[in-house]
Amino acid sequence: MPETQSGPTPVAAAAAGGGLLAPPAGDVAESLYEHGLEVRARSQWAYARKRFLRHRLAVASLIVVTAIFLCGVFANFIAPHSYSAIDLNYLYHAPTVKSAHYFGTDALGRDYFSRVVYGIRTSAKVGLVVALLSTVIGMFVGGIAGYFGGWIDNILMRITDLVLTLPLLPLLLTAAALLGQGNEWRVTLILAFVFWTNLARIVRGSFLSLREKEYVEAAKAAGAGDFRIMFRHMLPNSLGPIVVNGTLTVGTAILVEAALSFLGFGIQPPTPALGALVTEGQDNPQAWWLTVFPGLTLVLIVLCVNFVGDGLRDALDPTQRRVRA
Amino acid sequence: MITYIIRRLLYSIPVLLAASFLIFSLVSLSSDPLASVRGNPKFSPDTLVHLRYHFHLNKPIPVRYAYWLKNFVLHKGGNSLLTNQPIWPDIQRVAGNTAQLIITSETLAILLGVGIGVYSAVRQYSFFDYSFTTFSFLGFAMPVFLLALLLQIAFTDIYLHWHVRLFYTSGLNNPGQGTFSFDRLQHLALPIVTLLVISFALYSRFMRASMLDVINSDYARTARAKGVAEWKVIMRHVFRNALIPLVTVIALNIGSLLGGAIITESIFSLDGMGHYFIDRLQHDDLYAVMAWLMLTSVFVIAFNLIADILYGFLDPRIRYA
Repeated sequence: MPETQSGPTPVAAAAAGGGLLAPPAGDVAESLYEHGLEVRARSQWAYARKRFLRHRLAVASLIVVTAIFLCGVFANFIAPHSYSAIDLNYLYHAPTVKSAHYFGTDALGRDYFSRVVYGIRTSAKVGLVVALLSTVIGMFVGGIAGYFGGWIDNILMRITDLVLTLPLLPLLLTAAALLGQGNEWRVTLILAFVFWTNLARIVRGSFLSLREKEYVEAAKAAGAGDFRIMFRHMLPNSLGPIVVNGTLTVGTAILVEAALSFLGFGIQPPTPALGALVTEGQDNPQAWWLTVFPGLTLVLIVLCVNFVGDGLRDALDPTQRRVRA
Repeated sequence: MITYIIRRLLYSIPVLLAASFLIFSLVSLSSDPLASVRGNPKFSPDTLVHLRYHFHLNKPIPVRYAYWLKNFVLHKGGNSLLTNQPIWPDIQRVAGNTAQLIITSETLAILLGVGIGVYSAVRQYSFFDYSFTTFSFLGFAMPVFLLALLLQIAFTDIYLHWHVRLFYTSGLNNPGQGTFSFDRLQHLALPIVTLLVISFALYSRFMRASMLDVINSDYARTARAKGVAEWKVIMRHVFRNALIPLVTVIALNIGSLLGGAIITESIFSLDGMGHYFIDRLQHDDLYAVMAWLMLTSVFVIAFNLIADILYGFLDPRIRYA
């Protein structure tokens, strides 16, 4: 039996029926749910949440990735050392519990655990801001193109095609080398200005079909302005793909930023970034800990973000009413 | 079909022009090609003025763009602004090396990806399927540079500990060894494996998904109902149709890879397209970077087109007007 058909749980029904826990208003509810056969009204979001929570891997990944990001946010409380402090007793040392060098130290004696934790802060910041910014840009471009159509659509989509047909990584490398100057905010902006194209196409497609819906016509008849219709009526109905795409962008942005920093065109030292930390491993192939720890942190973050994205995709698909078992 | 191809080709010309103009403006606005000469006491101010005049650096950007474009088209990519050497011979050399790397790794990735994708779909939810699902999710999340670096570190350590030279971890070949020698294979093995893993993850997932789309379709059921043997249903009815979407994915992936497996090549110091690009970028050799970007954009656009054409060719349900 599909989950949507089930009434209140026996315990809840008993509690309500006993009148012990139920507030006075509960009496009305009690009479409505009396036989346990009625369908409880749930909003789209309640369904989505329920479907997402059933996706165990996605929930676990969400917890892990939140924990990792929180480590980055509270880096100054979690890191046992400063990311630039030099410990001359432990130069180039393998991981050790003594004096808290859990991930070892680099050639200058800087604690690698602290550097990784601060690197997470940088990566998380870049990933989240890029996802947010590119989502906003993509939403506006795609929304305007899809809603107005005609020559506006044509121009905006040609621009989107332009960005999409260019080879991504070389373009980013050139932009980062010339405009980035190793500054994390500049790099973030450059990434955001390239990453919006995917979403713009998705939103445009969804707006093209929503434009013909009756409720849009009704809103128009009621005298709503274009932007009110777009953002108040149509946007909430295409929110599913936007959220999924935004989530996956976090992972991609973190990966691409790491690649840029790894090649030396992204975020420059002294700001610790996970990609740049892996570079130190390239320079010291004997010290495996310099590659493995920041590298695995990256893999773990991106893996979890991808799983969360998958879970959200399953959860937010409105054609899928059945709760995933 | 032919009108469609011609229209697409004509359409890609303004796209390329617009893109190259944008990149050219960006590059010209944000950097000074004479910076390296300016601090050099051997160059007098008069020479600088002459150089500026000679290379049209005193002109506005659109005019400079026109000069650059003329050189690029008429003289095979033009000359480098930094060294005044022609760019084309360099590109030819590195493109050959990249082609060797890409063709080998992609061929292997396609064979493995298709084979394992098909088997995973036929034995859905088996142990085999789950292990390769896990593997490809790891492949998606694995940054290329990390994989390349781990391989490099592992084989460097093997050499240092046991003095066995299985694979080389940098360079293209030892002096005096040819393009198709065993020595070259030893050098290329690790970069090939790196690219192979990344592409394989993509292809096997796609193949599996598209097999599963088709495997329960009506015509597959009809074929089974007629009494066709299961392996024949899979190979003749399901597999062929499932290949169609994969062709697009492969063409797009190869198009972007031809621009050079930038990261892989720079880690393993292979003298390929990607390595050349990074090297020129680090030296602020802007015209070389521009020429490189133009050529790779042409590749990407060409492979996009090839993907669409193949799609229409393989799937008779699609008609291009």
